[in-house]
Amino acid sequence: MARRGQRQTGGTAGKNRFWIALAAPGILWLALLFIVPFYAVLAIAMGQLNRLFESPVAVWNPLRWSSSNVINAFHDLVGSTSFAGPIVIRTIAYVAVASLLCLLIGYPTAYFVARFAGNRRGLFLILLIAPFWISYMMRMLAWIDLLQTNGYLNRALTDLDLTSHPVNWLGGKSVTVVLGLVYGYIPYIILVLYAGLDRIDPALIEAGRDLGLSRARTFLRVTLPLSRQPILTGLLITVLPMLGDYFTNQLLSGAASTSMVGNLIQGQLGTPGLEGQGAVLSMLLLLILLAPMIYYVMATNRSSREAA
Amino acid sequence: MTATSTPPAAPSAVPAATRAGVRRLIPARNPWRHPWFLEGFTWLYLIWSLVPIGIAVLFSFNNGKSQSAWQGFSTRWYYGDPVNSVLHNPQLHAAVLQTLRLSVYTTIIAVPLGVAFALGINRWRGITSSTFNFVMILSFVIPELIFGVAMFFVFTALFTTVHLGTLAEILGLVTWNVSWPAIIVQARLVTLGRQYEEAAADLGANQFQAMRRVMLPLLGPAIFASAVLVFSGVIDDFVIVDLLSSNSGNTPMSVIIYSTQHGGNGGPALNALGTIMLVMSFVIAIIGFIGYRWMTRGERGSSSMSALTTIAGAEG
Repeated sequence: MARRGQRQTGGTAGKNRFWIALAAPGILWLALLFIVPFYAVLAIAMGQLNRLFESPVAVWNPLRWSSSNVINAFHDLVGSTSFAGPIVIRTIAYVAVASLLCLLIGYPTAYFVARFAGNRRGLFLILLIAPFWISYMMRMLAWIDLLQTNGYLNRALTDLDLTSHPVNWLGGKSVTVVLGLVYGYIPYIILVLYAGLDRIDPALIEAGRDLGLSRARTFLRVTLPLSRQPILTGLLITVLPMLGDYFTNQLLSGAASTSMVGNLIQGQLGTPGLEGQGAVLSMLLLLILLAPMIYYVMATNRSSREAA
Repeated sequence: MTATSTPPAAPSAVPAATRAGVRRLIPARNPWRHPWFLEGFTWLYLIWSLVPIGIAVLFSFNNGKSQSAWQGFSTRWYYGDPVNSVLHNPQLHAAVLQTLRLSVYTTIIAVPLGVAFALGINRWRGITSSTFNFVMILSFVIPELIFGVAMFFVFTALFTTVHLGTLAEILGLVTWNVSWPAIIVQARLVTLGRQYEEAAADLGANQFQAMRRVMLPLLGPAIFASAVLVFSGVIDDFVIVDLLSSNSGNTPMSVIIYSTQHGGNGGPALNALGTIMLVMSFVIAIIGFIGYRWMTRGERGSSSMSALTTIAGAEG
């Protein structure tokens, strides 16, 4: 120990220079293309509007920031002229339902593969991972094909006499959007749950069973408490991207009656005069999500430290 | 490898009454019985998750304009149709090439950048290094739309020489994907520990030699896995390229599928495009799996399972 300490203090300056040189390009890149861009969003959000071209004018000096975009965005969200309030509430409802469904479908699946798949585990794992390798757009396209008015789902429903005329699934139905969100993001939560459940020592579960607990009680008293962390991180990994999702909604519904926060921000980005408000809303979303994001980072750091 | 979702039927020779009697004799049901319900549920999920994709792939071979009614097999949407096939429609054709171009450039830039960053940050302890490590991890978890909005504004309002287009797309994709090599290599560094480097130093290697001759070969599998993840991540990326592309010349496949379908001009050619993306990703995945297995052969704790989850980005 003493020797190692000596060696480290001996050449610290030279040693550090080597590591700094290695890290420098990445640091510079992140500074210029991650930190500066967010300052640019802030400068646009706090900036002004060029009335002639309806284009946003970035104000880089914080002392000259204007609050007009913030005030406009605030009026979008609350008050008598608000149109974004219902969108926010709808987004929360969709994301809550969709992520809970992801958990309810994903947990039993991950649990089965982690605990009972035996020597077929490789096969199940390949099938669970397959959606990761299929483009999100292709997966949405698959449902567009199935849900069309003359698609297989409608044909099955009319064949079974469940409906007399085909349902317009793609014409702005909340059910379709939630289905799309679940379908799109469930592979992520399943993989997180699988990794977490796989890490549980089977001896703990066997101990529960040996001490006379039934299968259900072992699950409730041993497995479930031990999987609290993967459940939380798994939910976060589905909730975070869902809150910024605009494409699922556009493809499967396209109607204003189902639009979400993501659609709002993306729509303002391409609209002259509204880009500043888009910047405010995106900053607001970032601010709200910062705490869950930091929690996610800390939780995954902790569990990877424990695994190492 | 066959599995059924229902329990095997009880032997019909046993009358129901006797079966009930037997059950009463045994105090509890077999505690180690196979969880048929869970297995059935898992298969139902897998069918729901994968069969629609199979149908979408099938419709890319449809001999008609419909994406929902089967009209016979043909390859016209790939190359047969002189106007609307992927091969002959300039927009679709360009999209395939653009996706490949973005994947190659992004991987070439992001992987060395991320690996060097991981090595430097891991060994250089200081406030700057820990701050930027945190920034890097933040870039990993931030919702893609928020990041894409920031990229959009920085290229339209500040770095205006980089106007929207291929260069902006590559810069955005590198920033978004640099966390893969950075995180995976750091995880590998933690498991490797310091002993290899110290042994090399004791044997007279200087820092550069130890890095080049000892550390880089040991980090090989991690670097390879991250390259696979970056490459396939770029193929499937949508939000960043959607916000940063400017015309049909620099629009990759995912954005073409989205905008054409959403614009009401969908057709089996889009399914063909999606199928091409799928095949590209699967080829990368298979190369990644086999390569990772080969590179980690003989290592303690190496298995097909860990190779699978690593290539899917679930470890590290």
